[in-house]
Amino acid sequence: MSKYSIFSLVRNAISYHENWAAAWRSPEPKQEYDALIIGGGGHGLATAYYLAKEHGMTNIAVLEKGWIGGGNTGRNTTIVRSNYLWDESAHLYEKSMQLWEGLSQDLNYNVMFSQRGVYNLGHNLQDMRDIQRRVNANRLNGIDGHVVSPEEIKRAIPEINIDQGCRYPILGASFQPRGGVARHDAVAWGFARGADRYGVDIIQNCEVTAIRQENGAVTGVETTRGRINAKKIGVVVAGHCSVLAEMAGFRMPIESHPLQALVSEPIKPIINTVIMSNAVHGYISQSDKGDLVIGAGIDGYNGYGQRGSFPTIEHTVAAICEMFPIFKRVRMNRQWGGIVDTAPDACPIIGNTPVEGLYFNCGWGTGGFKATPGSGWVFAHNVATGEPHELNRPFSLDRFVTGFLIDEHGAAGVAH
Amino acid sequence: MFLIECPWCGLRDETEFSCAGEAHIARPLETEKLSDEEWADYLFMRSNPKGAHREQWLHAAGCRRYFNALRDTVTYKISATYKIGETPPSEGKK
Repeated sequence: MSKYSIFSLVRNAISYHENWAAAWRSPEPKQEYDALIIGGGGHGLATAYYLAKEHGMTNIAVLEKGWIGGGNTGRNTTIVRSNYLWDESAHLYEKSMQLWEGLSQDLNYNVMFSQRGVYNLGHNLQDMRDIQRRVNANRLNGIDGHVVSPEEIKRAIPEINIDQGCRYPILGASFQPRGGVARHDAVAWGFARGADRYGVDIIQNCEVTAIRQENGAVTGVETTRGRINAKKIGVVVAGHCSVLAEMAGFRMPIESHPLQALVSEPIKPIINTVIMSNAVHGYISQSDKGDLVIGAGIDGYNGYGQRGSFPTIEHTVAAICEMFPIFKRVRMNRQWGGIVDTAPDACPIIGNTPVEGLYFNCGWGTGGFKATPGSGWVFAHNVATGEPHELNRPFSLDRFVTGFLIDEHGAAGVAH
Repeated sequence: MFLIECPWCGLRDETEFSCAGEAHIARPLETEKLSDEEWADYLFMRSNPKGAHREQWLHAAGCRRYFNALRDTVTYKISATYKIGETPPSEGKK
């Protein structure tokens, strides 16, 4: 497969861009692999990529029930940041941030990672105390960030409403300059192409229907495209992790909820950063195409329907209109939902399970996109060696038994 | 938008309600004898099914009473609501 460069661009321009090779193959599944990754979203593909690149495991396959990147990877609001409160999550998300910073070069695929900064707004005194505490914790962990006043926010984002008389006045914000956005489809495609170059089989339209095990160890899976054997299986299926866990015979502390987002019609550049508010459940950025990308909160009930409820959208749009009165007459173009796998402590579950050779990476809830490369990095280590990486050791399924929960509701909450 | 039938108040708009999670999780009686695993199962583990789900709802902006509902988590259709303490209807019942 050819490397993307200015020369390949010129060469393909001569043939009117009609002869570009497919970015990845679509092979028939083999009967046996050294390892299987179930779930062809960003996290699954990143896991496969790092398994091949860092651990030399190239006889592996990624099984995807639909098309790659068609789940939450293609449904999120693409925000990347690492300003989490607790050491465990700060280290994990910061590892991810560092991978993001070199990802386009590493993959030879432009993931359009744009470090345009992320503001997390505070609307009351307690918000501001929490923000100050979080920024201090971040800086002790070597993560950039500072607290900004309403006037500084107004200088950076002239459209924002900092009137102190409104229902949820803006009292300040935390700002992480290295945060930003990336092109979500490109992340899935880049990791798919990268993994494919190492010989990883990416098998789409292949839904797992059963997990086979013998003497407490996995032996393979039944799929809609036949049986596939493997001694190591990594499950990275986000909202469907409880369904897969039930196939394997154990329970997860996960509840799947619809989370929705919407984009406006394309407008001229107006927002050059990312603004998030946990308190009023709204966050907004602008894509390169010009759409305002708006994320809402989760629906309060369990759901696998990949669509959200209207009252949730109404709530979010009301918050955006109060923060940005100028957007009141912007028309919305599209709205969609994804299924997020929320854990009781708003932190992921990455590691071993009661079944030998079966590993789970789930529970990223409302904010998994930002962790895509880091999640793949640690999970690849976990699948390859059978032991957790130092960065994901605290995120074991055991923590719900030992009580060592990592309460990230403050930094994770709903807004991502 | 949902219309939800409160067993006491009748059909009301979904914005009057809030979902309070999986139903029929009984608090263990002899808690001092529970192991850590049993505590974890009671506190954190959830069935989270794709399909029929029995769950608790609160009529928050109405009678402020809890009741149970049998709802499909894919279609979101509520096939039955019933009072706390009543026998849950079978899953296929309309």
